[in-house]
Amino acid sequence: MFSSNRARRLALITPVVGAMVLGLAACGGNPGADGGEVTELTVIAANSPWTEGLKTLAGKYEEETGIKVNLEAYGNEQLNDTLKVKLNAQSSDFDIMGFQVQDVMREFSRNGWLTDMTEDVASDPEWAWDDFQQAARDAVELDGVVYGVPVMTERHIMYYRADILEEAGIEVPQTLDELKAAADELNDPDNGFYGIAMRGARVPMVTQLSSFVYSFGGDFQDEDGNATIDSPEAIEAYEFYGDLLREDGPPGATNMGWVEASAIFAQGNAAFYLDADSQAYTFLDESNSAVVDTVAFARFPEGPAGANFYNIVPQTIGINAFSQKKEAAWEFIKWVSNEENSKWLLSEETVPVARQSAWDDDASTAGFPAGLVDIVRDLGDGAVGHDRPQLEQVAAAREIVGGPAIVAIEGGDVEEAATSANAEFQDLLDSEEQ
Amino acid sequence: MFRTTLEKDPSLRRRRKPIDWVDANLKWILIVPSIVFVTALIAFPIGYTIFLSLTNAQGAVTRPFDFVGLANYAHWLGDTDRFWPAVGRTAYFTGMALVLELVIGLAIALLLRKTFRGQGLVRVFILLPLVATPVAVGMMWLVIFEPSIGFANVLMDFLNLPRQGWLSDKDSALNTLIFIDVWQWTPMVILILLAGLSTLPEEPDEAARVDGANAWQRFIHITLPLLSPVIAAAAILRSIDALKTFDIIYATKGRGGGSSHEAETLNILAYSDAFEYSRYGRASALLMLFFMLIIIVLVVLAILRKRGEKL
Repeated sequence: MFSSNRARRLALITPVVGAMVLGLAACGGNPGADGGEVTELTVIAANSPWTEGLKTLAGKYEEETGIKVNLEAYGNEQLNDTLKVKLNAQSSDFDIMGFQVQDVMREFSRNGWLTDMTEDVASDPEWAWDDFQQAARDAVELDGVVYGVPVMTERHIMYYRADILEEAGIEVPQTLDELKAAADELNDPDNGFYGIAMRGARVPMVTQLSSFVYSFGGDFQDEDGNATIDSPEAIEAYEFYGDLLREDGPPGATNMGWVEASAIFAQGNAAFYLDADSQAYTFLDESNSAVVDTVAFARFPEGPAGANFYNIVPQTIGINAFSQKKEAAWEFIKWVSNEENSKWLLSEETVPVARQSAWDDDASTAGFPAGLVDIVRDLGDGAVGHDRPQLEQVAAAREIVGGPAIVAIEGGDVEEAATSANAEFQDLLDSEEQ
Repeated sequence: MFRTTLEKDPSLRRRRKPIDWVDANLKWILIVPSIVFVTALIAFPIGYTIFLSLTNAQGAVTRPFDFVGLANYAHWLGDTDRFWPAVGRTAYFTGMALVLELVIGLAIALLLRKTFRGQGLVRVFILLPLVATPVAVGMMWLVIFEPSIGFANVLMDFLNLPRQGWLSDKDSALNTLIFIDVWQWTPMVILILLAGLSTLPEEPDEAARVDGANAWQRFIHITLPLLSPVIAAAAILRSIDALKTFDIIYATKGRGGGSSHEAETLNILAYSDAFEYSRYGRASALLMLFFMLIIIVLVVLAILRKRGEKL
């Protein structure tokens, strides 16, 4: 009798207290929701020369406007994870987000996570949206909507050791075949020196494989967006990339992203390194590099179909759709990407910015490695605006597209791998059509 | 009887003040917030994961999605490309790590049982791996096992042994990771077993000694049976932890557990599916399957433990 009474009290009290607790929690509200003056902005972006430069610029912005700019920088993959977690929760605890347009713009814009900036960029003729390179402006636009401002550009180039080539009497390779021949000759694994260092890990490699595929005359997809990684040109490119890395590359290549591969070149253990030109600063930094005086830069070598290398926008800054300070965020983006600051970033932080006026200004490019400036100023007609498959589920596609390259590096049957990967890639593309 | 009187007699009911009620129920009132909190904290995520696992949620959980029933579970159970190999690797990793850690841990614990000079120092020294951050541990071993300039291969050269691919070779990556796990977690097993050993009664051992049992017999017939509950506890703790291992694998092999998925365990696979591919429905189904696997392992271990106690 007594126990049933107690149970009844418990049954009564539990929902009451529970409701109180939940009610209190709900009253917590959103501390960021203020219509008042903005005193603080938060930027989340990937580690890059641009983010390095931002550390200085943020201080300058605070001096000028009194608005404190907090910066959270992550590695590329961690950045995407962080953004996905925060944005799935509709978080407003950051305002400005750096992102890789090809990686996430489709997905994020369909999720409603990015702010439409089409009108913003056109609003101020003095700030001059036109000044941004055409390829960069195209890159940040999807279905007629601008989702961000491009703050960096990058191209696939060839880094080489001028001293080693000179000593061996080898001309700077102009074609991929010459590159292979030179790497073969210089490869000396018994003494820990390798002909070439490149990415070999399945997913990170795909973007660097792209220029090879293009230069052999192929692409990941055709004009209608269908999978074409089993085309004879693509297979040839896979085989070339695989042979180059297997025969002239360091051991353990399939475990290497750009950090690992560039470290081998920076330590002076490879004759060539093919990757993005935005990494030039890592080889010119005395504290990390043993090749500061001997590294040289050249255009991506020509393949059977020409020198068709990627020319892309690796870092774009947009506004979090859930931010409570969108106007202030736009003001900051405008300021940080204006002509003056772009020139400063180019000259002081060697950031390959997207503004043409900065590249045309000799004073700004003076601090940039000379060989690189020529490549950026004269891209030739082979530059391609993408370096990975173009669809929403880029990560899944990279996983598939990278598969045959791993088979190639390991010396397996590339044609068979490419055929089955192509079917898988097409299935993925079809699943997005529905 | 008492209740009926209480309810029917108004004078009696009026005498009950609110404070009495609070007094009588104080223990419930005090624990209710934490019960609610803990329930919400545990039940909500699990409930939401179950809910998502029955949908085709993708991209963002705020995007419209449909119920697909058990299709996600069917997908995984029929996936011989990534799921089943990942189950195999998870089982292999956990099994090997557990056995090695228990055997080595027990051996070292027995060695450290007797007092000796400098034992405090030795104990601190062997505990060092335990306090290191797993990601830092992963990075450290990544450098040590770097195939061309890493210390491991320099040592192999010194010993005139052939160089190995270690973490970068798809055939040896998982075993190398087991080695790292053993290096990091054996100290915890040692710690638990040492605590267990220190509580064992001396008498049975002395009696056996008097009867002429040698050290091995005393270990097999006295120490081991007496220590078995402690070993079981260590085994349960370690097996759950080893099943869930994520940090060292992710830090050394990255996403997908390497270019050929050579170190992809269930946890790594679920992470890829959720954060790399944004397939929240499928990833949730995978996590539920993983959750069930852990429960099965726990039940099996619990049954084994009970059987052990009966013997």
